[in-house]
Amino acid sequence: MTRTWRARWKTFIRHAALIIVSFLMIYPILWMFFASFKPDDQIFSTSSLIPDKWTFQHYIDGLTGRSGTNFGPMFVHSFEIACVVVIGSLFSSTITGFAFGRLEFTARRFLFGFMLATMMLPAQVVLIPQYIIFHKLNLINTFVPLMLPSFLGTTPFFIYLMVQFVRGIPKDLDEAAEIDGCNPFRLFLYVILPLTRPALITISIFSFYWTWNDFFGQAIYLNNPNLFTVPIGLNMFMDNMGNSQWGDLFAMSIVSIIPVVIIFVIFQRYLVEGIATQGLKN
Amino acid sequence: MGLSVGDAVRTARTSGQKLIRLERKHNGPAYVFMTPWLLGMILLTAGSMLFTIYLAFTNYDLLSQPRWGGLQNFRQLISDPNFWTSIRVTLIYVLVSVPVRLVAALFVATLVNKHVRGMGIYRALIYLPSLVGGSVGASIGWRVLFDQNGPINAVLRIFGIQGPVWLGNPATALIVLVLLSAWQFGSEMVIFLAGLKQIPTYLYEAATIDGATLWQRYRRITLPMLSPIIFFNLLMGTISSFMVFTQVYVITDGGPMNSTLFYVLYLYQQGFQYFHMGYAAAMAVVLLIIVAICTGFLFLTSKFWVSYDV
Repeated sequence: MTRTWRARWKTFIRHAALIIVSFLMIYPILWMFFASFKPDDQIFSTSSLIPDKWTFQHYIDGLTGRSGTNFGPMFVHSFEIACVVVIGSLFSSTITGFAFGRLEFTARRFLFGFMLATMMLPAQVVLIPQYIIFHKLNLINTFVPLMLPSFLGTTPFFIYLMVQFVRGIPKDLDEAAEIDGCNPFRLFLYVILPLTRPALITISIFSFYWTWNDFFGQAIYLNNPNLFTVPIGLNMFMDNMGNSQWGDLFAMSIVSIIPVVIIFVIFQRYLVEGIATQGLKN
Repeated sequence: MGLSVGDAVRTARTSGQKLIRLERKHNGPAYVFMTPWLLGMILLTAGSMLFTIYLAFTNYDLLSQPRWGGLQNFRQLISDPNFWTSIRVTLIYVLVSVPVRLVAALFVATLVNKHVRGMGIYRALIYLPSLVGGSVGASIGWRVLFDQNGPINAVLRIFGIQGPVWLGNPATALIVLVLLSAWQFGSEMVIFLAGLKQIPTYLYEAATIDGATLWQRYRRITLPMLSPIIFFNLLMGTISSFMVFTQVYVITDGGPMNSTLFYVLYLYQQGFQYFHMGYAAAMAVVLLIIVAICTGFLFLTSKFWVSYDV
């Protein structure tokens, strides 16, 4: 009897602790979420989390440009850039990962070691020359500097992930394919690539949400308001807005977070595994 | 014993048929596959790094040609009070926020490392902030949270405490940013959790039989078994904390009175607001050296506390 009581008590304590921690963790987002539905005069005056009176006006204002900044096109831009980066990351990580993971070639070990070393390289160290290159090519205020690097495999984490995955695919398959007259290109396209689906999903998720959240790169390369993306737009709106526009700002911040939350809800397993393997492999 | 495919190939080879040599180097095709990455590496990574080092010794404003200035930029850095402020601010941030985040991650990982009902939801809620936390949207939320009339001060008022002007006061602004970093312990937690699951349960059972207390088990089994993962999280957390930018730019933009002038923010101002490209490049080189020293230092100390043999 006492044992089950103690066990129950322990479970209860654990649940209580978990509820408190979860609530604290989610509270900042929750507060902003509910504040975005409050009329402007209530946002800072009411102490209740949930609005007395719900309004959708902030969302309408923000997405139609009635608040002075039109977020509609910005969401389109952010989405465009993120989608192209996903394609670029998939392209570069699969072919490079396949070459590192499956093909024997001169300098492979050296290049692989080099790639691992660049995982630790601070982005700021290469940023200035990259900016100068794109400046010389007249590509400032285009999306090219934000999209192109992904096609050239500049995120070593993705290649690393793919190499690990390709190495895990049984070699017998390649050998069978080679006997059937498969050259490396066909081997890649018909045998290996279809099997890498889980890695492809993980890479898509990470590249999408990293690009969606990116601010530094977009702030540097885009200064034409017609090309602004969501993060730049939010930051600019916050700097320029009047005191009565907090609701609009919150509404747009919430919309900017939603895609990441949706991805998280759908692909939680892939995300968590991606992060966990990162730690364990090392 | 059946023949494997490899045997079949070897047989084919010895029998003099047209062969496919499996261990052959595929230099041609391999380098076709490698071309995009090699281009990126040469132009955007290795080449850019060398170019940064070159620029660090020049005076360059993007409009005219870079002019060689020798050590001029570095001399100027040494006498630049803002440079030293940014180093101090960043070091304080790294030294405080990384341990805070690791302790929070480890504590909560232990808490969620048990199968109870609804655990999936708890984990998801706890993990979510680390996904959105680096974004401008979440930074805005954080800024309002610590606004003078924001919810944090509203809660404090319930307890009769007059909350500080968090972001207007040099003494508290950095605290707000440290807390924002602490809020995002989710990815470290996930890595710890994966590590906790790998610790064999018989170790705990044996220790319990020997009469070890909860704390002793934690101290003698969990921590040593996790030490490689603690090390990894420490290393990655340190490197990424040096790079913090978005949150600072959105929430404080270096103020008040330079109390949150982070290194990368100052580098951004020099390079992309004043277009002192040479000066910013010199800062990037110094950053690389600082990060390399910290990494090296962590690796050195790891010999004393990280056990890979258990």
